[in-house]
Amino acid sequence: MIYALFADMAVADNGSRQGKVRLTKWYSPYTQKERSKVIRELSGVILTRGPKLCNFVEWRGYKVVYKRYASLYFCMCIDQEDNELEILEIIHHYVEILDRYFGSVCELDLIFNFHKAYYILDEILIAGELQESSKKTVARLIAAQDSLVETAKEQASSISNIIAQATK
Amino acid sequence: MAGTSIMETLFQRDLDDLIKGIRQQQIKESLFISKAIEEIRREIKSTDLPTKSAALRKLSYLSSLHGADMSFAAFHAVEVMSSPQFFYKKIGYHAVTQSFNDDTPVILLITNQLRKDLNSSNQFEVSLALECLSRIGNVDLARDLTPEVFTLLSSSKVFIKKKAIAVVLRVFEKYPDAVRVCFKRLVENLESSEPVILSAVVGVFCELCLKDPRSYLPLAPEFYKILVDSKNNWLLIKVLKIFAKLATLEPRLAKRVVEPICEFMRRTEAKSLLFECIRTVLSSLSEYESAVKLAVVKVREFLVDDDPNLKYLGLQALSIIAPKHLWAVLENKDFVIKSLSDGDYNIKLESLRLLMSMVSESNVAEISRVLINYALKSDPEFCNQILGSILSTCCRNLYEVIVDFDWYASLLGEMVRIPHCQKGEEIEHQIIDIAMRVKDVRPALVHVCRNLLIDPALLGNPFLHRILSAAAWVSGEYVEFSRNPFELMEALLQPRTNLLLPSIRAVYVQSVFKVLIFCVHSYLLHKENISSVNTDNLASEVPESVFARMSCENSDLATSEAPASSEQHDSFNPRNINQSFGDLSIENGGDATVSNSQASTSASLGRNSFTQESIVNLFNIVELALGPLSRSHDVEIQERARNVLGFTDLIKQEILNPVVQGEENLARAETEASRVVKLMCDAFSEELGPVSTSAQDRVPVPDGLLLKENLADLETICGDIQLPLSSSFSLSSTPLGEAVDISRTNLQSKDETEPSHESTSLLAEHRKRHGLYYLASEKSEVASNDYPPANDPMSQDKLNDDAEDLLKLTEQSLAPKKKPNQAKPRPVVLKLDGDEISVAAKKPELKDDLLSGVVQDVLLGNDGVPSSSRSNRSENLSGKSKGKEKLNTDLSLETKENVPGEKMPDHVNTSSRRSKHRSHGKERRQKGQGKDGEEKEDNGQKKKRKSNHHRGKHKAHQRADEPSNVVAQTPVIPDFLL
Repeated sequence: MIYALFADMAVADNGSRQGKVRLTKWYSPYTQKERSKVIRELSGVILTRGPKLCNFVEWRGYKVVYKRYASLYFCMCIDQEDNELEILEIIHHYVEILDRYFGSVCELDLIFNFHKAYYILDEILIAGELQESSKKTVARLIAAQDSLVETAKEQASSISNIIAQATK
Repeated sequence: MAGTSIMETLFQRDLDDLIKGIRQQQIKESLFISKAIEEIRREIKSTDLPTKSAALRKLSYLSSLHGADMSFAAFHAVEVMSSPQFFYKKIGYHAVTQSFNDDTPVILLITNQLRKDLNSSNQFEVSLALECLSRIGNVDLARDLTPEVFTLLSSSKVFIKKKAIAVVLRVFEKYPDAVRVCFKRLVENLESSEPVILSAVVGVFCELCLKDPRSYLPLAPEFYKILVDSKNNWLLIKVLKIFAKLATLEPRLAKRVVEPICEFMRRTEAKSLLFECIRTVLSSLSEYESAVKLAVVKVREFLVDDDPNLKYLGLQALSIIAPKHLWAVLENKDFVIKSLSDGDYNIKLESLRLLMSMVSESNVAEISRVLINYALKSDPEFCNQILGSILSTCCRNLYEVIVDFDWYASLLGEMVRIPHCQKGEEIEHQIIDIAMRVKDVRPALVHVCRNLLIDPALLGNPFLHRILSAAAWVSGEYVEFSRNPFELMEALLQPRTNLLLPSIRAVYVQSVFKVLIFCVHSYLLHKENISSVNTDNLASEVPESVFARMSCENSDLATSEAPASSEQHDSFNPRNINQSFGDLSIENGGDATVSNSQASTSASLGRNSFTQESIVNLFNIVELALGPLSRSHDVEIQERARNVLGFTDLIKQEILNPVVQGEENLARAETEASRVVKLMCDAFSEELGPVSTSAQDRVPVPDGLLLKENLADLETICGDIQLPLSSSFSLSSTPLGEAVDISRTNLQSKDETEPSHESTSLLAEHRKRHGLYYLASEKSEVASNDYPPANDPMSQDKLNDDAEDLLKLTEQSLAPKKKPNQAKPRPVVLKLDGDEISVAAKKPELKDDLLSGVVQDVLLGNDGVPSSSRSNRSENLSGKSKGKEKLNTDLSLETKENVPGEKMPDHVNTSSRRSKHRSHGKERRQKGQGKDGEEKEDNGQKKKRKSNHHRGKHKAHQRADEPSNVVAQTPVIPDFLL
């Protein structure tokens, strides 16, 4: 079972190796304080690891699987019993879908569309388990939801336009 | 009002603005965020939904990435979530899912909204609600929404169905009674033709199985079918995990699955599946040799792969199999050793663990050699990892793997020399431990310790001070094995010892005392021998004296220069002299080799040099070095230093005087001094041995021992810090003797030593080369604790033999120990000494506790899910079986679960279940499954419930009962999981 996922930036603007978190998702209840602590600790462990090392870190009885894509690290915290290679594939799966959705995804996409990254993730994982292994299906579902959102948005904006005009 | 909200809408900063603002960093980030949150607080109260939702969205962003608190917005999130428009609903759900937990009060308000959305015709709304439930579902939500989830389990839309299945896991955890309702539909889905559904349901069972596999044994046929039929790797990995659990419970099942799994191993291209197969075989099917062999071949492929991930996993796989099939590790030894120098710390660590699992009597030296070389080359952290694992492996089961202790002693010495060594505590403990336990190692160990003590460089490294303390203790305690006590004395008194902690310095001073006594005693023996040689030519002396006599000319040569040089310095202040010791020892050594090179070995040199001058010189050195210490602020040092000085004052006069008086008086004049010296020497030369922690309890308080009286006595003695030198021996030596006793802790009672001899004889067969001194029942760690308690036995010992004076002393030292709270400063300090060591001994356990504590912390405290899932899991299982029954009867659905049983006729449980099924319906299930006690208990409970069963309120009460039940069971389960 996956306990948490987050994407961490490797090198901050000021050049320090202290990462900036771009995305977090928790599949088990942590308080805000614990979340910050976990992220801080794991960033410290993972971001300091050099390239060409293995992608697994043991951490407090859990395993953390991470993978670096450009300047972004995707990390997942899993049970001892879980299959590390499978988790790596899930991470890759997610990144591929992001890539397909945003069209060669970059960090800025995640920064400005963080909610979309969440919705995509929600179509891939549920309750800490992989729920959809087909990229096509996920893309289709996300597109369908996007269109729903768009219509809602259009409605909203048209209404507020009406009100705005009415009050002028 | 309407106006303001429109203004807000128009001029509100949306999420993009917020993100841009943070990125521009025109002002400090934290300041910017707190400003933004203030803005959000205002906006979120707006009645205008767009404004409100935009504010909520910003808040969610700040909360997830910048750790902002969003609990104040809980109610607003609920409002947004209940919007009919999907766009806002989504924002609301996201906020709720992200921020709600069991303690959020408004969680009560969302039940109806969730129900409504679960029943929605829009599949995306249903999906939002399901996702929300999967994440924040608590007991109430799980209970109230079980019917909806149940309905969705048979949804025609795959998209909904798979999510509903995933949510079931959470619902079961929180509300075990849901098992009754949903379990059957869940099981039916195991036969779904839709891969996505199958994958979801197997995922749920995989999680359930990890917690308590036994309950799912009856489903094995379904899983087997999936294992054989499926081509989906994601699915297969999960099924393999299930079988890894089930196969350990049911050997016949193992037999069935081993072949398909081997087939996967041969054919699959996917590394993740391959690894899962390997792991399953190594952990659960290790009796099937051909499968294990195949798996090991595959592991080897992993090991030689360039991908560090595979290398790491390969090593991990080996460590799974190491306890059962060590050959697999030995076969890959080269790779393991090579991995020690890998660039990846994790890989290095893994290979170190593996390497340690290979250690045996025959290869311990070789492996240690390799590891020490790696330790020298590697970074401090890993270096200490290596040292730590060597130490812990070697001391396992009373140094089980060590045959050649001389080698081990030199290994310990070598470790100390490694620049990064920080294992002081552990090495200290082991040096003392083996010194006490292994008689034969003492000469070698004393030599190692001497090398450590004599090196002034080591004193500069605070990590090594504890080792030096042990070295000083060993050198003092077993000084008779020392090749050159004078050199040792200089080492113990070298000026850089002021870098040591007071407690360790006190050990040094005590060792000085022991060495001094030894030297003086040897000198006196030597003198006696000379005189006895003069009078009559009997030659029945101790070897030392023989040596002394034979080469006494040589020794004169050797030492004549040393006293001279030290006498020169006498007039200067002590400091200078201290500094000169180093030179002195070198001179000494140099002279010695020069003058004696033709005839005597260095060992005999040491023995020879007990001449008048050398002893006088010794006294001078001691007095000069310890003089300042007698005014030390540390009571322990001060006291011990004064003891030594008092002793030298007492003895020196009598030894020096005869020189003036002449030969005839010598014998008579020295009698008193020699008596004292002999007494002390005897006291010091009592054999020390490891003592169990429980030894104290076994020592009866001697009859007629009045503790109070003795304590009072002790007080007067200790108050008397100015040692009255003129007073009689018994008084003046009282403090000395006591210090001696305490520090040495020596002298076990006969009762104590006897058992150890017995055990030695028992072990003698298999350890002929070295007599290990084992205690009947105690572990090695215990040994060093005792040297204080060991005093007590000694007191009894002494009672019988030696001087009356000592009787008093020992009683006094005994008394405080029995009642530590009344203890006088000295014994207490000594106990401290002992404590330190005992701490060192106990540390490993403590660390383990801490470690597991941290793990527990993370599991139970920091993240509730594992703990709750665990506790709930046990409920589940019990609940699940109930669920099945209920289904069968209450919902009057066919008992389809029984079908699996037919597919696997050789399955004992299923068959028994089936037969019972016909007769009993419900009850057969539980009995047939062969559940353990807990489940039966639940059974009972369940029947009670059934008697007045009505779903709804009643169940809430039952649930409240259940947890208490569960709490009692959980302790077992987490262990198993971890």
